Amino acid sequence: MSVKDATSVTLPLYGDLISRFPATRDYLIPILQELQEREGYLPEQGIYEVSDYLDLPESKVYGVATFYNQFKLIKPGKYRIQICRGTACHVKGSFNLLETLQRELGILPGETSSDGLFSLETVACLGACSIAPVIMVNGEFFGRLDNKKVLSLVQDFRNREEVK
Amino acid sequence: MSRVTEIVVGMGSCGIAAGAKGVYDSLLAAIAQGKMDIKVGETGCIGACHKEPIIEVRYDNGQKKLFGEVSEKKITDFIASECNEKVFNQENAFPEDYPYLSRQRKVVLSNSGIIDPESIVEYLDTGGYEALKRVLQSMTPAQVVEEIKTSGLRGRGGAGFPTGMKWSFIAASSSKRKYMVCNADEGDPGAFMDRSVLEGDPHSVIEGMIIAAYAIGAGEGYIYVRAEYPLAIKRLNKALSQAEERNFLGNRILGTGFSFFIHIKEGAGAFVCGEETAMMASIEGKRGMPRLRPPYPAEKGLWGYPTNINNVETLANVPRILNMGAKKFASIGTEKSKGTKVFSLAGKIKYGGMVEVPMGMTLREIIFDIGGGIQEDKQFKAVQLGGPSGGCIPEELLDTPVDYESINATGAIMGSGGMVVMDETTCMVDVARYFLSFIQSESCGKCTFCRIGTKRMMEILQRITQGKGKLEDLDELEDLARRVKVSSLCGLGQTAPNPVLTTLKYFRDEYLAHIERHECPAMQCKALVRYVIDPNECRGCTICARFCPTHAASGDAKKPHSIDQDLCIQCGLCYEGCRFHAVKIATGVPA
Repeated sequence: MSVKDATSVTLPLYGDLISRFPATRDYLIPILQELQEREGYLPEQGIYEVSDYLDLPESKVYGVATFYNQFKLIKPGKYRIQICRGTACHVKGSFNLLETLQRELGILPGETSSDGLFSLETVACLGACSIAPVIMVNGEFFGRLDNKKVLSLVQDFRNREEVK
Repeated sequence: MSRVTEIVVGMGSCGIAAGAKGVYDSLLAAIAQGKMDIKVGETGCIGACHKEPIIEVRYDNGQKKLFGEVSEKKITDFIASECNEKVFNQENAFPEDYPYLSRQRKVVLSNSGIIDPESIVEYLDTGGYEALKRVLQSMTPAQVVEEIKTSGLRGRGGAGFPTGMKWSFIAASSSKRKYMVCNADEGDPGAFMDRSVLEGDPHSVIEGMIIAAYAIGAGEGYIYVRAEYPLAIKRLNKALSQAEERNFLGNRILGTGFSFFIHIKEGAGAFVCGEETAMMASIEGKRGMPRLRPPYPAEKGLWGYPTNINNVETLANVPRILNMGAKKFASIGTEKSKGTKVFSLAGKIKYGGMVEVPMGMTLREIIFDIGGGIQEDKQFKAVQLGGPSGGCIPEELLDTPVDYESINATGAIMGSGGMVVMDETTCMVDVARYFLSFIQSESCGKCTFCRIGTKRMMEILQRITQGKGKLEDLDELEDLARRVKVSSLCGLGQTAPNPVLTTLKYFRDEYLAHIERHECPAMQCKALVRYVIDPNECRGCTICARFCPTHAASGDAKKPHSIDQDLCIQCGLCYEGCRFHAVKIATGVPA
């Protein structure tokens, strides 16, 4: 295992973040997680810099970034909606909620609305089965939903933006 | 009269999702403002998720009372009344002899919902780390392995491999470097047992892990935990540094020659990483793709060194076994499945949450006696065990005891403990399709049959749910299922057809209804259902027309409305919105 000096490669944008980690392959996922934590997604430039720092081909970094569901390659919306598609939520109608949200926001899972306000993601399970069906918006749970409630929730977020 | 001395709030993820944080903050604010002079604490998952948010009120005479569904308003009233429990009504109270709690047998969850998970002192007060001390001071690694073998403990991650035997393989290796990994990548949708244990009692898992490391001779360990569990990660980190401070972890633990270090690796959201070789690839920073076994991890694991992997619940059992004695532990459960099992009870169940029961209890007892049966007293249809690798068990098999062999015999698997209850409104063909679509997005793509075979199976199921299925499709499904099972490298592919096979076996009628009569008996498959308005019951309130996103529902005010079937997208908004139950769902070819 080699420990690389951050000065030996140029990392113009994310050097401060990346070089805090040892330059070994097993830190690839933690570095990407940290990068996403800061930026909300993995910017293209970030992939190049991580690849330089770890001396891995960009394709390998991209391969890992696209393998894991956690990593996003496009910028999420201001309101990041994650809809739980776990079994308990499914039998309580989460697919219907997903369709309603798609229709209302005009986007598919993995996309961000053109005004940058909303992004939609499906997640395998949020583990809050007792309040199924459940969605998470910016880390906050909203449970026991139906179509009506989810629509009024979206409206609430829109209203908040208008007030500002 | 007894006085309230302390209020403890259940602050597992479930509790927080239901609003426990607001309750907790209200209590803290009241203390800060000098409105009351009592202790306020937090604890992990109390287990009765259906009653969240839950508080435990502790009195100076030692009495403790649980109250559930405590809203912020309720707690404000409680504070204003100077802790008069009369503000709580029937809904908040837990009945004296609540079967949900009284029928459980808590071993793994014995501390969850009782102690503060962020306090090592509270864990020590319950006898925490005593097992570790005893092991290090008076037992050889071989004796520890023997003790676990005697206990009969089997892996709680799903497959049920005997833990002691697993340990003995790696203990026999003479490698200078070995790794100990805790699998906390709980990925089954609908399962949250491990999260609750990590959130409610993280030290028990860490203690189990240190003992395991000692038994197998590992110097370094990893906890691979889902990034989706931020609270569990936070509490684990805290517990690890507390354990290091007291030298339960680190160099020369408790003055002995044994050193052990634990790192946390956050998973990045890939179901297949629950498979041990995929998990190791992920820890090494690669795509989580499984590889052929042998060599097993016990010979060649992380970076080529022998590695032992145990699940969270398995490890949490370890200190308990050493404390109560292997023989006593082995007296719980059945002949081949010892101890208890934690299940997360969810779906259409009346009282959902975490339950821990002795092995051998029947599914019926768990679902009906503990879980209270089905919501709204609907008809039970099936219980899904083992997530995407498991299967759906019908009513006639509800007297099956929960032990590894009996559950396997039904075609399902014990799995990690997710138990999702389904009722008459759940379509079993749709459930099979749902699991295959999950497998489709989670298959790593290495094996052709897992990657493409499951896709073909999903397409067939999709056709059936759209009323376009043929009878031959069922044979094709079974044939493909068999091929996917035998041609896949890892557990994900080998078990992926189970949800399809079990539903075909036990609910063939439903498949036939879709194919032959174009009916979805559960009224769930959109292509096969129609929303219609009963003109006799419609009052013309216009609410359906206002909700309808496609203007399919229309009509004049105060006159019966109707739905244009060509425009209708079956979203169900009119059905949910109608206050007079005038919107009906129909299936099959219109008469």
